[in-house]
Amino acid sequence: MTLTRPVTQADAPRPTTVEIVARDRVRRTARRRAVITVLALVIGLGYIVSLVAGQTFYTPAEVFGVIMGQDVPGASFTVGRLRLPRASLAVLAGLCFGMGGVTFQAMLRNPLASPDIIGISSGASAAAAFAIVTLSISGTAVSVVAIVAGLGVAMLVYALSFKSGVVGTRLILIGIGIAAMLDSVTAYVLSRAAMWDLQEATRWLTGSLNGTSWPQVVPVLIALTVLAPVLLGQSRNLSMGQLGDDTASALGVRVERSRVILIIAAVGLIAFATAAAGPIAFVAFLSGPIAARIVGPGVSLLVPAALVGAVLVLVGDFLGQYAFGTRLPVGVITGVLGAPYLIYLIIRTNRAGGSL
Amino acid sequence: MRRPKRLRSLWLLASLGVLAGLMLASVLIGSREVSWDDISAALGGSIDGFGPAAVATRIPRTLLAVVAGAALGMSGAVMQGVTRNPLADPGILGVNVGASLAVVCGMAYFGLSSATEMIWVAIVGAGATALFVYTIGSLGRGGSTPLKLALAGAATSAALASFVTAVVLPRNDIAEGVQSWQIGGVGGATMENIRVVAPFLLAGFLVSLLSARALNSLALGDDLAAGLGERVAIARGAAAIGAVVLCGAITAVAGPIGFVGLVVPHACRLLVGPDHRWLLPFSAVLGAALLTGADVLGRIVARPSEIDVGIITALIGAPFFIYIVRRRKVREL
Repeated sequence: MTLTRPVTQADAPRPTTVEIVARDRVRRTARRRAVITVLALVIGLGYIVSLVAGQTFYTPAEVFGVIMGQDVPGASFTVGRLRLPRASLAVLAGLCFGMGGVTFQAMLRNPLASPDIIGISSGASAAAAFAIVTLSISGTAVSVVAIVAGLGVAMLVYALSFKSGVVGTRLILIGIGIAAMLDSVTAYVLSRAAMWDLQEATRWLTGSLNGTSWPQVVPVLIALTVLAPVLLGQSRNLSMGQLGDDTASALGVRVERSRVILIIAAVGLIAFATAAAGPIAFVAFLSGPIAARIVGPGVSLLVPAALVGAVLVLVGDFLGQYAFGTRLPVGVITGVLGAPYLIYLIIRTNRAGGSL
Repeated sequence: MRRPKRLRSLWLLASLGVLAGLMLASVLIGSREVSWDDISAALGGSIDGFGPAAVATRIPRTLLAVVAGAALGMSGAVMQGVTRNPLADPGILGVNVGASLAVVCGMAYFGLSSATEMIWVAIVGAGATALFVYTIGSLGRGGSTPLKLALAGAATSAALASFVTAVVLPRNDIAEGVQSWQIGGVGGATMENIRVVAPFLLAGFLVSLLSARALNSLALGDDLAAGLGERVAIARGAAAIGAVVLCGAITAVAGPIGFVGLVVPHACRLLVGPDHRWLLPFSAVLGAALLTGADVLGRIVARPSEIDVGIITALIGAPFFIYIVRRRKVREL
């Protein structure tokens, strides 16, 4: 949060600092509001398009009829059973990934500290794959296993990187190590599956929305309605925390307590979404930096990042289904799009000589 | 740190002994019990009956584990020397995934199937990735710090892995083969494979061993090395080519196997010190022992099926990686 800004032009009459700060703040808030509105419109539009368009087209009236519970021949199945749950999960999972990811990035003050790089997504998907393939359980129990594993991994990474204080870089490197381990566990579990379905494997390795049905969507919706308000309630503490632990506690933030709440809520979002859709590659990582680019500095990124996440998953899934000759899972699309950005981010940080 | 020569020879003998024991175990242990008679029968070329047949498939498997471990161990030691970076390893630098992507593209778009072609393609992919990661990792102030190199490698691995999935998924005909190859294993080894990869490995071992002296000078820093009469760029390039050939060739036949090249040189440095003339051969022997041991372990733990060796090495290696990260001061990272 920048409170002051160097005055570049000698305006006449010169505005007071208070006026500058106030004007700046008004502008930033207005911009954030505009961005949120535009993103929400984009999501709404994408949602409608992915219900209407596909192998066969249905008119918006038909789609609306299906949503209202009428029996429309053909559309009831295609839209009601296939497209509606799929598009809903795309939006919900995107919101979860975006919000959970930006929470970690802001809390650890490093864009690389996103849950999919430091092993939390890997942990959740390894546990979910293990629960489904080896223990053959399904439904909400899988989400519970995934969230417990996600929290466990988060605590483990945090504890392992604790050595007279946690340093971001050490945490990231240790997270990369843990992620490598967990990914090989996932690979093993999948290779042992009696019927190793490649689609199913992809879901746990890169993330996929194929074959989504309502029972998968509902837990994510519940998680989002419960946990998103918790995170939003902490958003002030989160932005104060970015000033550093000492400053934040001087400003009246109970740092440790707020951090625990943030971690639990963010891991919860990530784990529920992962249990339903797999670790959709790089969405958690990308949403925050993209949102920061659009919105500009000095405002809370939680909502914009969540919306960016939803846009990424919706568009990625639509592209994956129809843009290429074959149907590609959404995780492959977001992975191919996100990976160059990750490399670009590293190049830029290295060039600037900043400490990663 | 100077170590008495006799002690180092002793360590070398001991680890050769361990390797021999593990090789024997690798032939003996499996889902089917075999007797000594079976082994001697199989060595005599007979594959009549289950016992000798089992041994006949285990022998190439053991051989592949030994050469793969040796190649990865030595390649890791050379890479750590070339980059002067304790976290350098074919897996962490993304070189394995680079080789995978090249092989997968070769299979999918160019219909490559012969083993020699795949090895060439894998080596090119590995080399290109190594160069790319090293370039990104050494941009900016302070050159290639361990953190920057590891991050560049992890990012590149993740990027290339996405591309591998994108190439493989639509092609069901190659998907299954690629998927099992990707985990990294020596289970499907044949003598034919080993014969094809042997010349590449020999060349790689030779180049690496010949650059041992140069690596010793490079360890003092580029300026000092140049002062000692080393042609720094050439020495570094040659050593890197040796390391890339080793890990690229092995990746082509056994899939990406991570962390061997990371763990082994560190363990060896504790035993024989930093002199590369000792470190390189020692890393090869210990790498071979580690991979053979991991393969045997995978067969014992999951009886009657087995765990692929790439999974075992990741489970052993990742904690070690974390240990190294924790032990070093943050400023160095």
